[in-house]
Amino acid sequence: MFEAVFSQFRSIWRILGHSFSRAETVQYPEQKPYLAPRYRGRIVLTLDPDGEERCVACNLCAVACPVDCIALQQGVREDGRWYPEFFRINFSRCIMCGMCEEACPTYAIQLTPDFEMCEYQRQSMVYEKEHLQIAGTGKYPDYNFYRVSGLKIAGKDKGEALNEASPIDIRSLMP
Amino acid sequence: MVIINIDGQDYQAREGQNILQACLSLGLNLPYFCWHPAMGSIGACRQCAVVQFQNAEDERGRIVMACMTPVTDGARFSLGGDKASTFRRNIVESLMLNHPHDCPVCAEGGECHLQDMTVMVGHRDRRYRGRKNTHRNQYLGPLIHHEMNRCITCYRCTRYYRDYAGGHDLAAMAAHDHIYFGRHTDGVLENEFAGNLVEVCPTGVFTDKTLVQHYTRKWDLQSAPSVCVGCAVGCNTMPGERYGKLKRIHNRFNAEVNGYFLCDRGRFGAGFVNSPQRLDYAAARNADGSYDAIQPDAALKLAAELLQPDNKLAGIGSPRASLESNFLLQQLVGAGNCSPGFSALDHALIPYTLQLLQQSPARIASLQDIESADAVLVLGEDVTNTAPRIALALRQAVRSRAFELAAELKLEPWQDAAVRNLAQNQRSPLDSYLSAESKLDDIARHCIRCNPEQIADHANAIVSALNGGTADSDSASDIARSLLAARRPLIVSGSGAQSAAVLEAAAAIVNALHRVNPATMISLSVPECNSLGAALLSSDVSPSIAALAERAVKGDIDTLVILENDLTRRCSPQTLALLYDNISNIIALDALDTATVSEAALVLPCATFADSEGTLVSSEGRAQRYFPVISTTLDRQPGWYWLLQLGRAARRDDFAELLHFDAVSAACAAHYGQLAAISAAAPLHDFVSHGLKVPRQPHRYSGRTAMRANVSVQEPRQTQDGESPLAYSMEGLNRDQGGLLPFVWSPGWNSNQAVHKFQSEAGGPLRGGSAGVRLLDETTDSSGSPAAKPGLPETGQWLLVPRYRIFGSDELSVRSEVIAELAGEPLLELNAADAASLGLGQDDALCIEGAAAIAVRINDSLPGGCIGFSAGYEATRSLVAGSRVAVSKAVDWASSRSQIISSDGGSRHV
Ligand code: SF4
Ligand code: SF4
Ligand code: SF4
Ligand code: SF4
Ligand code: FES
Repeated sequence: MFEAVFSQFRSIWRILGHSFSRAETVQYPEQKPYLAPRYRGRIVLTLDPDGEERCVACNLCAVACPVDCIALQQGVREDGRWYPEFFRINFSRCIMCGMCEEACPTYAIQLTPDFEMCEYQRQSMVYEKEHLQIAGTGKYPDYNFYRVSGLKIAGKDKGEALNEASPIDIRSLMP
Repeated sequence: MVIINIDGQDYQAREGQNILQACLSLGLNLPYFCWHPAMGSIGACRQCAVVQFQNAEDERGRIVMACMTPVTDGARFSLGGDKASTFRRNIVESLMLNHPHDCPVCAEGGECHLQDMTVMVGHRDRRYRGRKNTHRNQYLGPLIHHEMNRCITCYRCTRYYRDYAGGHDLAAMAAHDHIYFGRHTDGVLENEFAGNLVEVCPTGVFTDKTLVQHYTRKWDLQSAPSVCVGCAVGCNTMPGERYGKLKRIHNRFNAEVNGYFLCDRGRFGAGFVNSPQRLDYAAARNADGSYDAIQPDAALKLAAELLQPDNKLAGIGSPRASLESNFLLQQLVGAGNCSPGFSALDHALIPYTLQLLQQSPARIASLQDIESADAVLVLGEDVTNTAPRIALALRQAVRSRAFELAAELKLEPWQDAAVRNLAQNQRSPLDSYLSAESKLDDIARHCIRCNPEQIADHANAIVSALNGGTADSDSASDIARSLLAARRPLIVSGSGAQSAAVLEAAAAIVNALHRVNPATMISLSVPECNSLGAALLSSDVSPSIAALAERAVKGDIDTLVILENDLTRRCSPQTLALLYDNISNIIALDALDTATVSEAALVLPCATFADSEGTLVSSEGRAQRYFPVISTTLDRQPGWYWLLQLGRAARRDDFAELLHFDAVSAACAAHYGQLAAISAAAPLHDFVSHGLKVPRQPHRYSGRTAMRANVSVQEPRQTQDGESPLAYSMEGLNRDQGGLLPFVWSPGWNSNQAVHKFQSEAGGPLRGGSAGVRLLDETTDSSGSPAAKPGLPETGQWLLVPRYRIFGSDELSVRSEVIAELAGEPLLELNAADAASLGLGQDDALCIEGAAAIAVRINDSLPGGCIGFSAGYEATRSLVAGSRVAVSKAVDWASSRSQIISSDGGSRHV
């Protein structure tokens, strides 16, 4: 009996004590909280260090997406690069899980610390490539897929990628 | 059946298999690369290693290649043990030493056998720090893309291309680890079956170039079981669709028909589905000849006027439209007013071919039967260009001798290198009587070149030799002797020579042979995917197009309905003028814009094979159903659907009951005794597998909530399909429904090699049965001789013989961009002596009967007095095979022969 009453008073005391502690709530939107660069918010498409489109339209992000909200079509540029003819994310479906970023072999698709994506029209949540593409490399400044891949593109011949020997002369008999 | 022990467990296996085949048939996942069920084993890749033990006491065992080890009773193996799995992992690691970092930009990715095997063996990290070998690619033509860096030297490509398909221009080249698989120099691959490299190569070295340019991964392709419409062989296909476009054609396994392979016309010739010349909306013609697009109900209202009961109706069906569409047209206009839509020559020939097949006591050979033949006689049919897949089957048939020799030495047929080594150049006899060279000449014993009339004479000499008489030539008696000695002789002919005499003679040989050997087989080719079906629907009362034109002149036709048929390909401009001038109300249904469509008062846009369902009868007499891969868009509808609507618009009672495709099919079956079985050609629309319809989309189909989001973010319900047993959905199970196979995938097996998971044993027929039903197995006794041969003009001394081309002679495939590029220009061919007598050189041209000049090619394989013309080309339309014409050398001819393929010039992607 005594213990029960004491516990009630102790609770009331502690709660009252919080009246004097510092508030955690911030005055959003006037005041913005710190979000780490790895925060999973609005998705962007980035450029490689040479300023070329990074996405090679491999479709891995689309297939990794658990809500299937990424759709794209591959095309081939004159210079031999694969690129997305269109790239669409339906953000009204996106759950910001970051699976697409995990799956992307080129670091093209990245999630950013921007979560402020309110719209009156659901249709406005559908982003096309021009809405997704940013002008920089995002979180990964150095990686350039075509420097590693064996595909020949303008300005990078066979054998010029990382760790590649120059093309074999198939007429040679030398060991 | 014998017992083998794998990892301590006993399994039953069929004797005669190898261990790899046995393991796969048992559902065990054993990695492999070089083994192919149609090509056997050579033990080149060392990937299928297992450990074999001497006996129960043996604990060390030794590593053997499963694909090279026959199943023996009591044999003991370890598949999952450390030794074998480490060995296999090391093999993959070594294959990966030089492998490029390409998967994201590789058109094989997601259906790559190398990816699958790498994951299966558990190889993950690259330990080798050295540099990777690289190669330059080759330009192999507009169909196939080459990326040599990705090769794992399994040798499947050269074994397929050279040994299986008889090609010469692809080989393994260079020494040691410089090895290179390609041509001696850049250029278009010559073989008609080169496209199969895309499926045979386990990596991304050879990929489908038409797909690479607008690529979609396998997991994103919506597909359905379909049938090739490129020719009458009826190969089974799996077309793939994404974003409303047909992306590619893949082979659909059917043990009795095409097995694992298609021809390039079939694989790359479906691009017409995406053609900008597709008709999108119904259209009515204005007084000035222009057309206005109209709503479907307005079109039907207009049709109702044209089809009112007191109008005299007539119809022209089509050998490229389904049985159901042709049947409904016949119901609509009446059988006596409905032409099957053949050309004048074919109108007599195709029904005659059908009749010969029906009467023939011999079995009509399926492709599988053809491969098993041990003596073949080809009469007048250049199958490589008219029914290409048959040519590939004939290449296997001549190997029967090799398998006989192997059996004597107790070699298994799958011991490929041994069997080939043993046989060297010994082949079963294949003899051909053709009017010019053919691609099968290299495997033929006698190639006799003569014109169709002479072919019939020679064939009759063989008949008399078969009946014990004497033949007038050595070759004829030679051929008769080997046909009599054979266990499974096969006679191949067809309507290609456009000669009833040739067909008649072929049937006479079969009959004579069948009396001594009941295993005799016959194969008669017809030109189009449903030629035989159209013939089955026609009868003595069916008028030819010319007969309809005569009726039109008499004023007996008010309204003419033309179903999916470009009449300019079928009859002379004079006949057409009679039709068009005397009939004001023409309703044309077609998928593509043609000259015929432009004559119609009302045009209804049809679906193609890719967006409709239908039944086709192949030259084997096999009824097969194709299902829509793409749901119909715009105002396009299947031909049968439009015809149902037309029947309703005309207030026809007999159409009121027919609500669905299955009902139309059943009505057609009920109407024609010979077609009674067609409803069983595929499961009906209410078929469910494990409680659900069969899905068209793989379980990892992506982008469903974004594909249409640009149009509207509100997601519509999935398209419902009430007409077929398939769903436009990823829900449901794709398992064990036999020929109704929309795609192949199995856990761990993303590539097309997954097909073994659907087979009764690896390489065997599909579980659930092969697709289609054979209609002509029973011999019927319809008597008769060829319908009256239309009078052929004889204005000169030069006999016209048709020369077909795999790319160019067929109507639909040539409307695909890449095939049009390869079709080349039409030619007139004649031998050097004849050319000299006309004063012609290689760069000259000829005018036939004063018509426009056509370029000449000197071809010494043609017999004297014959002019071969490229069949199916616009410039040669007026030429009638079998007629004799006068010719003159063209003056002022400038050759426009182009040397290169224009579209990519070889530069792109190399
Ligand atoms: S995973 Fe990356 S490279 Fe591939 S399609 Fe998506 S964004 Fe492009
Ligand atoms: S061949 Fe297979 S493993 Fe190699 S790059 Fe292509 S998809 Fe990847
Ligand atoms: S090109 Fe393909 S099929 Fe040919 S050896 Fe290389 S991996 Fe094998
Ligand atoms: S042989 Fe005929 S049916 Fe078979 S794939 Fe070729 S064109 Fe199509
Ligand atoms: S599959 Fe057995 S060695 Fe290649």
